[in-house]
Amino acid sequence: MFSLSVFIPLICYFFCIFFNKRIAEIKIEIVISALMILASLISIYVFFSVSEFNPESQIIIGNWLSSGSFLIDWSLNFNSLSVLMVLVVNVVSTIVHIYSIGYMHNDPKKIIFLGYLGLFTFFMLILVTSSNLIQLFLGWEGVGLTSYLLIGFWNFKDVANKAALKAFVVNRIGDFGFLLGIFAIFFIFGTVNFNEIFILVESQEDTFFKFLGFNFHALTLISVLLFIGCMGKSAQFGLHTWLPDAMEGPTPVSALIHAATMVTAGVFLLVLMSPIIEQSEFAQKLIMIIGALTSLFAASVAITQDDIKRIIAYSTCSQLGYMFVAIGCSAYGVAMFHLVTHAFFKALLFLGAGSVIHAMSDEQNIKKMGALYNKIPVTYMLMLIGTFSLVGLPFFSAYYSKDLILEILYLDDFDISIYVYIIGIIVVFFTSFYSFRLLIYVFHGESKSDERVAAHIHESPGIMIYPLLILSFFSIFSGLLFKNYFFGFESLSFWGNTIYNIFESDISYAVNELPLSIKKLPFMMIILGFLASLAVCRYLTKLNLYLKHKLGFLYTFLKNKWYVDEFYDFFVIKPTKFIGYGFWKSIDKELIDNIGPNGVSKLIKKFGIFVSSLQTGYLYHYALTIIIGLTIFISIYFYN
Amino acid sequence: MLNIPILPLLIIVPVVGLIFVLLSVEEDENYIQAKKSALWTSVINFLISLYIPFNFDKDVPHFQFVNSFSWLNSDNLKFSLGIDGISLPFILLSTLLIPLCIYSTWNIKTKRCKSYLSAFLILETFLVGAFSAIDLFSFYIFFESILIPMYLIIGIWGGDRRVYSAYKFFLYTFLGSVLMLVAIIFLYQEFGTTDIPSILNLSLPFYIQIWLWLAFFSSFAVKIPMWPFHTWLPDAHVEAPTEGSVILAGILLKLGGYGFIRFNLSMLPDASIFFTPFVFGLSLIAIVYTSLVAIVQNDMKKLIAYSSVAHMGFVTLGIFSATIQGLHGAIVQMISHGLISAALFFCIGSIYNRYETKEIANFGGLNSIMPKLAIFFLIFSLGAIGFPGTSGFIGEFLTLLAVFSHNTFVALISALGVIFAAAYMLNLYKKVFLGQPSKFIQKVKLDLRLNEMIIYSLLVFFIILFGIKPNYIIDFSTSSLDRIISLYPISIL
Repeated sequence: MFSLSVFIPLICYFFCIFFNKRIAEIKIEIVISALMILASLISIYVFFSVSEFNPESQIIIGNWLSSGSFLIDWSLNFNSLSVLMVLVVNVVSTIVHIYSIGYMHNDPKKIIFLGYLGLFTFFMLILVTSSNLIQLFLGWEGVGLTSYLLIGFWNFKDVANKAALKAFVVNRIGDFGFLLGIFAIFFIFGTVNFNEIFILVESQEDTFFKFLGFNFHALTLISVLLFIGCMGKSAQFGLHTWLPDAMEGPTPVSALIHAATMVTAGVFLLVLMSPIIEQSEFAQKLIMIIGALTSLFAASVAITQDDIKRIIAYSTCSQLGYMFVAIGCSAYGVAMFHLVTHAFFKALLFLGAGSVIHAMSDEQNIKKMGALYNKIPVTYMLMLIGTFSLVGLPFFSAYYSKDLILEILYLDDFDISIYVYIIGIIVVFFTSFYSFRLLIYVFHGESKSDERVAAHIHESPGIMIYPLLILSFFSIFSGLLFKNYFFGFESLSFWGNTIYNIFESDISYAVNELPLSIKKLPFMMIILGFLASLAVCRYLTKLNLYLKHKLGFLYTFLKNKWYVDEFYDFFVIKPTKFIGYGFWKSIDKELIDNIGPNGVSKLIKKFGIFVSSLQTGYLYHYALTIIIGLTIFISIYFYN
Repeated sequence: MLNIPILPLLIIVPVVGLIFVLLSVEEDENYIQAKKSALWTSVINFLISLYIPFNFDKDVPHFQFVNSFSWLNSDNLKFSLGIDGISLPFILLSTLLIPLCIYSTWNIKTKRCKSYLSAFLILETFLVGAFSAIDLFSFYIFFESILIPMYLIIGIWGGDRRVYSAYKFFLYTFLGSVLMLVAIIFLYQEFGTTDIPSILNLSLPFYIQIWLWLAFFSSFAVKIPMWPFHTWLPDAHVEAPTEGSVILAGILLKLGGYGFIRFNLSMLPDASIFFTPFVFGLSLIAIVYTSLVAIVQNDMKKLIAYSSVAHMGFVTLGIFSATIQGLHGAIVQMISHGLISAALFFCIGSIYNRYETKEIANFGGLNSIMPKLAIFFLIFSLGAIGFPGTSGFIGEFLTLLAVFSHNTFVALISALGVIFAAAYMLNLYKKVFLGQPSKFIQKVKLDLRLNEMIIYSLLVFFIILFGIKPNYIIDFSTSSLDRIISLYPISIL
């Protein structure tokens, strides 16, 4: 049953690939939708059966690789963490599949697109259900590959190809860390299977490991290396540059891969490895700092962007930062909670944005929209729900998950926690600001679209709207519904020992006992952000200009995304090419070839010329040589 | 059944086929008769070679299927053949790639076609001979004979600068192996035998090992090739015809790695330990340096050639880590590179046959005209960048895993190759296959032919098969490798 929910998307993929152009598109679409709905239903069933009975098990499919003591199997892990992820991935994926049928309506490669979505879903499921690091790495790379294929899906566009390449290569930089992490784990634990690693963690608590000549605490080193991998996948500051560019892909892709599932793989991995992370205070602090930095960076950049999808992409980045902060303060369950609620409301926001773009004839600049609220009212409502969930208005989903992160952060006892908490609160303000700014520019004010586009504005077809209704339901209620699975006493029985759980009664008690000012602080920030955006973008446009003028430097800094791309271009890409070219031309061609083969052959030639020049053909030359030789030999003979 | 002289048969069949090829009647310009004879010969040879894995005893570390013939009327100099788990995958790789090469010429008009086909058949004889020789002299003879058909393939059927490249190729590799000949003669003088199994049982003093190691190393380092002896490779590849590149990258380079395992590692353990830092250093340079050079190439074949050097860097790392994972990784990496680079060269050949150029800058948007090739090329590129699920991943992963336990610094630097590989392969893919279709590619509109489809499908099948079931390769070699590893201080793995 469980393996069925994992393998159905793969069946979808092959179905699409083999029947593309052989049978009618509509038939394929119906079969794919039916299969995906079936997969979702199965995963819902599996989720609830696990949450009640909690039967942990591994399904071994076959042997993959055995080399010496390095043994890995093809296998599926079946526990509360994996069934939860399977549920989220399958549900969001099903919705995106159905939505795409409408969204990609006119695309000649629509079926291939659906096939790629299926393949992506399969790799994502492999990632979350794997029972060893190598198979997880397969899923990890697989989602990277399908992300590459889908970002560059419209491959006649050069920007899309560049973005796809960038996504893959930047992710590879993360994978480099991940790979080293795997090696270190195998070196320390002698195994890469999760169950065995977790049993051995305590015995390796004080192990030190010599890495690059320095002695590191082994578990800290492993945590940091794995975190580098997660930074790539989850677009954390430093390796985030691919995510905004990835918005060149079709919008359903952004919703599925770059919001709901793939980018959260990093969070998932760290939660999975929580027993190791928990042993290293340094790694936790690092994760917390990077997470906070990312959320601040991305939220601040989102304020100044004009592309509707990029704004949401930066928002994703920033929310992922929150999840890492939660991991940093050991709130693994809460990180998962935010992951789940985020998956729903961010997918909703993206697909809503897709609906807007669809209505606006592929226009993505929010400054060229406006006054759409009565033209596409359903989309407006959906976007509103998504935004409310994102900013965390009371009783919407992020109200539960995000506020919980902030509260636990407030209670956390690291010395840096309080600063991170302040950043977190500021980011709430930013989040609210850019979210409402987006809504104001897109749906209110005056219409700034040209007439041709304006004449065409229409509500999206039902096939794009109905899936969103399901998402909006989850965006509103998932917080309320799932709260107990992630936090509090009941969560303990749900998680069992799949993740490291430090939540004893006093913390969940302490959270409830927090003073009202702390409890209500995020809400105040939301209101503040809303009012600020209203003031700057709607009613006091002069203030907007004044701010831009006065804070010109800050504005350009944010507008140019902190100049991270430029930094990399100047310090990494250009030098790499320069060195490569130098190696090729100066060392390969000049040095090695000229000294090596060409040099030797020239030398031989010169020697030949020299020797042949001795053969003059004049008898007296030879006679002279003979006499000189004779003299020398005779003198040597007598001398001895 | 066990008495079938399978190895002599594998060596003789191509020669017999060769006669048929030369005797074939020229019916048309396409030499279909000759091609058929050559193809049938090599296919039959492949089928014969399939007999080996099914009758091979995995638990025996020694040589199997041994056949010895007296030679030069001497008891000590024998012509003996035999295989163990190390040479088995390479023999199968050779017998697999030769028919594919011959089949790929099917629709192509080649000048002096009969000689061309004969060159490949005779090459097969020599290759199987080199991989199955268990006598130093026989090995040396086969090893050197390979140069002759290869030299002719590059020198006659190559591109514009073929003569320069052919000479460079020949002299470079020949100079390297002359030193090996000296070493072999020395061994014969000292111990009166050239029989590999009995030499394996000798333990030589350290100072002799050092010199022998260097002599063997010079030969194999050029062959594999290691930095800085690699400059013949890009030139040879660029000038060689498609099938020549396939054999060159697919099998010939593996002779170097095979030689390292068979001679340097198994016969000269003390010297190998002594020289390990040296080899690691060169391998690291190879991986980083050639990857960087590959990034800036503007000729497709040159790019793949440089990437081959980088991939072979992983092989040498794996071999001299002298751990079971490292050696398994090296063998899988060699087989996988044999399949993947062969496939990539075939793909470039397909492009070259249609457009007569390999300049990357001329292309763009090729997937609009050749969508099937675009899919295959993507799969092969993924193999080359070590995507999990392809054989390339297993090779790189096991190698790096082994090296990490040896020296974390080396592992860190060599893992950089993983990033660079993605950069240059996908950049190549982007420039050639994606984007707006360039004007240049509009002149030919022809996707893959049937024979190309079959070749690529077969290669994809094997690449993925060994990616998800690498034990099909690994299991054969384990017991033979265990014997080698027992020579080295026990590592914790």
